[in-house]
Amino acid sequence: MTWALDHIGDIMFRAGQHAWLAGLPLVLGLVIALPLGWLAARRPRLRALLLTTTGLLYTIPSLALFILLPPLLGTKILDPVNVIVAMTVYTVALLTRTVADGLFSVDGSTQQAAIAMGYGSFARFRAVDLPLAVPVIAAGLRVAAVSNVSIVSVSSLIGISQLGYFLTDGYARSFPTEVWVGIVACLLLALVFDLVIQVVSRVLTPWTRTVAA
Amino acid sequence: MSLAKIFGWFTDPANWQGADGVPHRVLEHLLYTGLTLLVALVVAVPLGAWVGHSGRLRWLVTGANAARAVPTLGLLFAVSMFVGPLIQSDLAFVIPSITVLVLLAIPPLLSGTYAGIDSVEPAARDAARGMGMTGWQVLTKVEAPCALPLFLSGLRSATLQVIATATIAASVSLGGLGRYLIDGLASRDYVQMVCGSILVAALALVADGLLALLEKRAVSPGISGRATRVARSRARNSDPHSEPDSDGADRSDPDPRQAALVGSGTTGPVQATATTGTPSERDRT
Repeated sequence: MTWALDHIGDIMFRAGQHAWLAGLPLVLGLVIALPLGWLAARRPRLRALLLTTTGLLYTIPSLALFILLPPLLGTKILDPVNVIVAMTVYTVALLTRTVADGLFSVDGSTQQAAIAMGYGSFARFRAVDLPLAVPVIAAGLRVAAVSNVSIVSVSSLIGISQLGYFLTDGYARSFPTEVWVGIVACLLLALVFDLVIQVVSRVLTPWTRTVAA
Repeated sequence: MSLAKIFGWFTDPANWQGADGVPHRVLEHLLYTGLTLLVALVVAVPLGAWVGHSGRLRWLVTGANAARAVPTLGLLFAVSMFVGPLIQSDLAFVIPSITVLVLLAIPPLLSGTYAGIDSVEPAARDAARGMGMTGWQVLTKVEAPCALPLFLSGLRSATLQVIATATIAASVSLGGLGRYLIDGLASRDYVQMVCGSILVAALALVADGLLALLEKRAVSPGISGRATRVARSRARNSDPHSEPDSDGADRSDPDPRQAALVGSGTTGPVQATATTGTPSERDRT
């Protein structure tokens, strides 16, 4: 505990780096997964292709992906961009399916009502289908967030600075306290991500609360 | 970093011989993965089946899933620091890593088994009992086949998790393909790191492909929807307008919510109940 308090500045700094490396890919991944999921929900044939491809990408172990990306992207191995890209790939892989499932779960009569009211294809997606799919997408985002926070810590093995540093450094110095601090800090960060996503999801879906009340 | 260098590494006979050769490392990796899955299956399957069957201790499944938030690297280091010194043999490096791998494999297997058994329709269970089946027969002839798809998807994610984490475990001195990545990093041999990564990725893809194949083969046609699909395609041939979902946007499905839970939306209610648990892992192929 004293160790954690003595190093609180360093911990907060690396927590910030960790949040950036895990959080930015969540946003990027969502932005990419929305059109892909939309396509997958509308076109059954494309759905199989898209979900198989993203499924295969998700299969590649994280450490291997961190090492394989630099020659593919032309970056240096210590470049945090590799981690951002790798995490975005995993997020897209998880979310494409969730977005497709979420859009697919929108009630058929709701969609027909929207069509009858004169909504075009895109307007209906933006104003009807997407808002109704928010709870499902948020659930997928929470899974992705927790898994991102855990996987980002692996990148400390190749020397990327974030909370995982305390894990590798504590192990190298045979100093268990530092490892525990790293684990707890990662868990707290995952919790923060989880809460933020839940709050945003609630704010975006006010109708679920009025029904409950 | 060029393709020629990677090709050179793979064609160098020195990399195919001895304890640090590719065949030996692949074998090690498979051995760790197999051993881990075996131990995890022995723990998770009876437990998950019991929780699903009896409906008691559900918090075990929820708790196991929440524990997935613990960073795998931290778990690996923490366990090897505490368990490692307690063991006085060569196994001091293997046992802590395998322990962590088992801990990581249990949650997906547990929730897969639980969700599979839990998703069996009560009517199917009652019908089996009404036909005079004993409790054991209900479990083996009705619940087990119905639970198989969700169990197998749990097995798939557990396998991927174990293969990936066994790679990372090279940093706590486990053998296997991760050695190429970690040793290459220590000696700044980037070609070896990339070649090791290619091998790890290939191993994961092959393992996932084989399990996908198993999923197709082992799941009863009545549950996987293959039988329904055949029936539907026959129906479609006689009436081209009877097939729902030919375009997801303007479908006239009587119950789109249920279809959405199934995922593909082209199957009957049996599969709907069988796949509701973890839609995220289904339908990969």
